This record gives sequence, structure tokens and C-alpha cells, in this order.
Amino acid sequence: MSRDAVLVTGISGNLGRVLARVLHKTDRVIGVDRRPFPGAPKDLEVHNLDIRKRKVEDLFRRGDVQAMIHMAIVHDPRLSQSEHHSFNVLGTKAVLSFAAKYGVRKVVVLSSATVYGPQPGNDNFLTEESPLLGSERFPGIRDLVEVDMYAQQYMWKYPEVDTVILRPAHIVGPTVRNAPSTYLRLPRPWTLAGFDPMVQLIHEEDVAHVLALALRPGVRGVFNVCGPGELPLSAVLRELGRTPIPVPHLIARPLLDKLFQYRLAGFPSAELDHLQFLCTVDGTRAERELAFRPAYTLRETIRSVLGEVPPRIQLVPQGSHGAAGSQGAA
Amino acid sequence: MSTALVRYDRDRPRGLFGRLRGAMEKWTLSQGGPELEARLARLVAPQNEYGVDPFGLELDFTKAAIAPVLWLYRTYFRVETHGIDQVPTGRVMLISNHSGQLPLDGAMIAMSLLLEAEPPRVVRAMVEKWAPTLPFVAPFFARIGQVVGTPENCRRLLAAGETIMVFPEGTRGLNKTYDKRYRLQEFGNGFLRIALETRTPIVPVAVVGAEEQAPAFFEFKSVARALGFPALPITPTLVPLPLPVKYHLWFGAPMRFSGSPDDDDAELEPKVSDVKRAIERLIERGLASRGSIFR
Repeated sequence: MSRDAVLVTGISGNLGRVLARVLHKTDRVIGVDRRPFPGAPKDLEVHNLDIRKRKVEDLFRRGDVQAMIHMAIVHDPRLSQSEHHSFNVLGTKAVLSFAAKYGVRKVVVLSSATVYGPQPGNDNFLTEESPLLGSERFPGIRDLVEVDMYAQQYMWKYPEVDTVILRPAHIVGPTVRNAPSTYLRLPRPWTLAGFDPMVQLIHEEDVAHVLALALRPGVRGVFNVCGPGELPLSAVLRELGRTPIPVPHLIARPLLDKLFQYRLAGFPSAELDHLQFLCTVDGTRAERELAFRPAYTLRETIRSVLGEVPPRIQLVPQGSHGAAGSQGAA
Repeated sequence: MSTALVRYDRDRPRGLFGRLRGAMEKWTLSQGGPELEARLARLVAPQNEYGVDPFGLELDFTKAAIAPVLWLYRTYFRVETHGIDQVPTGRVMLISNHSGQLPLDGAMIAMSLLLEAEPPRVVRAMVEKWAPTLPFVAPFFARIGQVVGTPENCRRLLAAGETIMVFPEGTRGLNKTYDKRYRLQEFGNGFLRIALETRTPIVPVAVVGAEEQAPAFFEFKSVARALGFPALPITPTLVPLPLPVKYHLWFGAPMRFSGSPDDDDAELEPKVSDVKRAIERLIERGLASRGSIFR
């Protein structure tokens, strides 16, 4: 059997489905997710499996997996620390060990820029070498930092494998339901009075494209991925026509924790750091080595959370994401 | 392409804040006249369609925000510059003495480069890591182009050909007590490492006048530490309101150093001392040539 399949973990998530639609046109895709994937493309092979189960090994044992994209990493503030650890850390260790055992030559792990953590002393453009301090102020994401570091260890341990770790900025889009896009959909979002940090957003389809670009042979290493630019949070909210409620930060934290406790808010207070401090990254390495250019403009990326910007996937020819980006934006 | 640069109405803040901003912008222009307007028009910042550069500098906001600084510069401190034509074009590091409890010396140096240097430019001060934790101060600094003083930020700005301002004394200088006026405190040497690494010329600057603007007689280190402040100086007015001293800004000849940025501190020390001595000489000259602290 020829090695030509790309195994994607977490394919039934909103971002996973976007990736599936991008990838299945050029590659044979094997999806793994414990959730079903209704309306999956016909040529897509989906296995409803938890990545921690032994049966996942069977998919590797067939010997046709040439590359793995690992994006079965959850962040749900309602889940306990131990559930996060079990799914994210143990899950990552399991699939990476199978990949090593069965000679998968390319491993792409989707981490995120939040592993750096928003901090008052941050560089305006954090490079890939910056320390991962995300869990220092927000212990709830310790597992995400651990997954990233484990993937880095894997990269050094298996020099023959092209390991790629992607750390995108806040992912937004018409379908994703993560903290930043949920926040931007609030008609009256909180802000912290007297704070207005620069933020970076990236469109979900641009993330799918960069994941596809990371599959190119020879690409290896850690890459920040930022979208079409950075702008103040207030400008994002103004673009969306939101009426922010500025709350003094000393009150906001205890108040939000109480609201979260009684399920009146969707975020714990640690997330407020993103409304207060910088966590913006330098994406030039991905531009240079992956030839990544976002297809969506800044305005389109922001407005995508409203679901009114038509998706571009059909318009972007495979294998020329970079060139298509600028044409698409014109 | 041009359509992307069209500013939409919704990009501009409205309401009270928007009106205040409009009034401040008018104040700036009424003080500076058409000459200032022409200078501001020559400033180039790589703005996106939301009017900010990647570091968060917003020129439109800056035009409004400088109104009171311009008033301090022209009317209150009556700033006089000496040798500002020695500031070279392209990337450069301004190294100055620091004093006055409030960093108005930095504001005046920045204003002088906007008003009197050729070409006019926005100075980027390397600010304390404390600033981003202060409500209202944090976004204000960012919009007028001030950046947290991490080595990485400094390198990046210099690579983009910007003008950087560093006070190597830091809060040691800013909050010194009156008996230490015009005595340079210990210099950090991070600035020199970056100057060597990026081959950036250093322009020594002496601010004469600021050291007397808000005499402090006590410094409550323990209280400051408890409050999380870098310092807590006590001036006669309790809050460090500046006296109407006259400012003299003395710019020295650019200094170019060569050597490895990875040298030990001991290797860098003499170079840092050279810069320090250059500033001391400018201070001496400035003190000798002025009439009194108010003239």
C-alpha cells in the first residue's frame, strides 16, 4: 500500500471541517474524531474514535499514513483540569507515539499563540523563541503549554520526522466557536476600562491553508501564524458595531469569576488578560518559510464572525495559496 | 489598492471622546500653525486601514494628544534646543539624563524632534514594564508611539529605521531626590549592547532644567514597594507638579561604537562611560551657559 494519506485528528470540530474541505481535494484524508462529522465529503474516511483508544493504532498500522495533522486539542473552560490533561496531553502523547512507531514522516501540531500568554512586559511581536508563560497567569491552559512543549521534544527526538508546530493568533470565522469569536459575537462585550491592547485575528480558512502549507516536504519547526495585521481591540469592536461595557479591572476579575461560577458568563477571569495585555506575535518566519499570506483582509477577518463574508475556499486553487491570497483580497 | 486605505466613519470614535479629540486637534494646530501642519504631514508611519501602525501608533490620535505637550514646550518650559541638527537621519538612539519625577523630559525631547529636527520624526521612548499595567496610561502611550523597553522591541524599531529614546538611569534618575540633581545615576548597559548589535549611532542628550522642576526631598522606598510603584518621591506639593523652569536640550555629536554585542559587561563598561561622560559634558555646558533655573 502506498503512503499517501493524511491523518487528521479532531476533524469534526468547526476548524477541522474547514480543513477537511480544503484538504480532501488534493490529498486522501483519514479523519479521526470522537464526534460525528455530518455532511462529510464523500471521499473522506472518518473514524469515530477517541484518540486515546488503542484502536487508533490500527489506522497507523495499515502503513498508508504519510502525514498527520494533530488538532484534537480542546479548550473548554467548563471542563476540569484533569479532563483537559487526559484528552490533550495523553491524547497528544498517544498519537505522536503511534506516528513515531509507524514511520510517519510529517507531523503537524496545531498549538496557539496563547501559549505565550498575555503579559505586561511582552514584546510587541513575540518570536518563536519567546518563553511559553501562558499558564503562569492562567493555570487552566497548562495542558496547552504542555502539548506544545511535548511536540517540541518530539521534534528534537525524531530529527528524521518533519515536525511542524503552528501557533496561530486568535482564530475567528463564521463557524468557529472558540473564546475570541464568541466574545466578538457578544452585542455588549466587556472591556477593561483604560485598556485597549493591540490584537491579532486570523480567519479560520487562513488557518486551514497554513495547515495545508505545513504539509510540504522539508518544512520543519515552530511557526507563529498571524493574520492580516494588528489593531486595537476598540477598533475591532467598532468595526463590528459593538457597544462595549468598560469595567474597572479590579472589579471585573472577581465579578466575572462569580458570573462564571453561576454559568452566567462563558469565560473565567483569566481570559481577561487578553483584553488587558499584549499577546501578539511575529509571523515573519511562516511568511518566509511557508510562503503563507492570509487570503482575508483585516476588515474581512473581523467581520467574518458575523457570518456575512462569503467563504473563499472554492475560489482558492490548491497549491498556490500564497499567490491566491493577494488576488483574493483585491 | 487605494480603496483599502479609505477611512470609514465607523473607524473614528464618536461621542464625548470623539468631540474632545477634535477639540484637542484644533488646539494643536492653533498653537503650531501651518508650519506644524506641514511637519505633521511629513511624518510617515506604516498605517493600516484602521489608522494604526503595527506597534499601535495612531498619528491622528497623536496630533490631538500632543496639544498640552506643545503648550508645555512653547509656553510653560520655553524649551530651547542646542545642536539638534547633529541628530543623523535613519536609525538613531537618543541617550539622555532622566529626572523630574514625571517623565516630561522625555516628552520635551520627543517634541523637539517633531518640531525642530530635520526630517521631523516620532520618537519612540522605551518605557517601563510598569506602564502597560496602568489603566488609561497604557493605551495612551501605545497610541502616541511609546513602546515597552524590551530588547526585542528596540531591535525591531531600529531595524525599521526609527528614532529610539533611552534613559539608562531609568527610575533611579527619574525619582532621584533634589540633592542628587545633575548627578547621573548608574547607567544600565543594555542600550549599548543593542547599539553595537544593530550598528546604531548614539546621540547623547542633556536635559537642563528638568532636574529642578519638582524637587523631591524624601523617597519612600518601602511604601512604593508595597504599592507596586517603582518609586514614591515626596515633593513640596505632594503631587510632583512641575515648576515653570526653563528647559535647555543639548544634543551632542553622534557616537559610533564598534565591538561585539556579546562582550562581557566589563568590556562594555568603558563604552557606557564614554556616553555618560559625553552627557555630563553637555550638562556642564548647559549649566554654565544658562542664567537661572527660570531663564
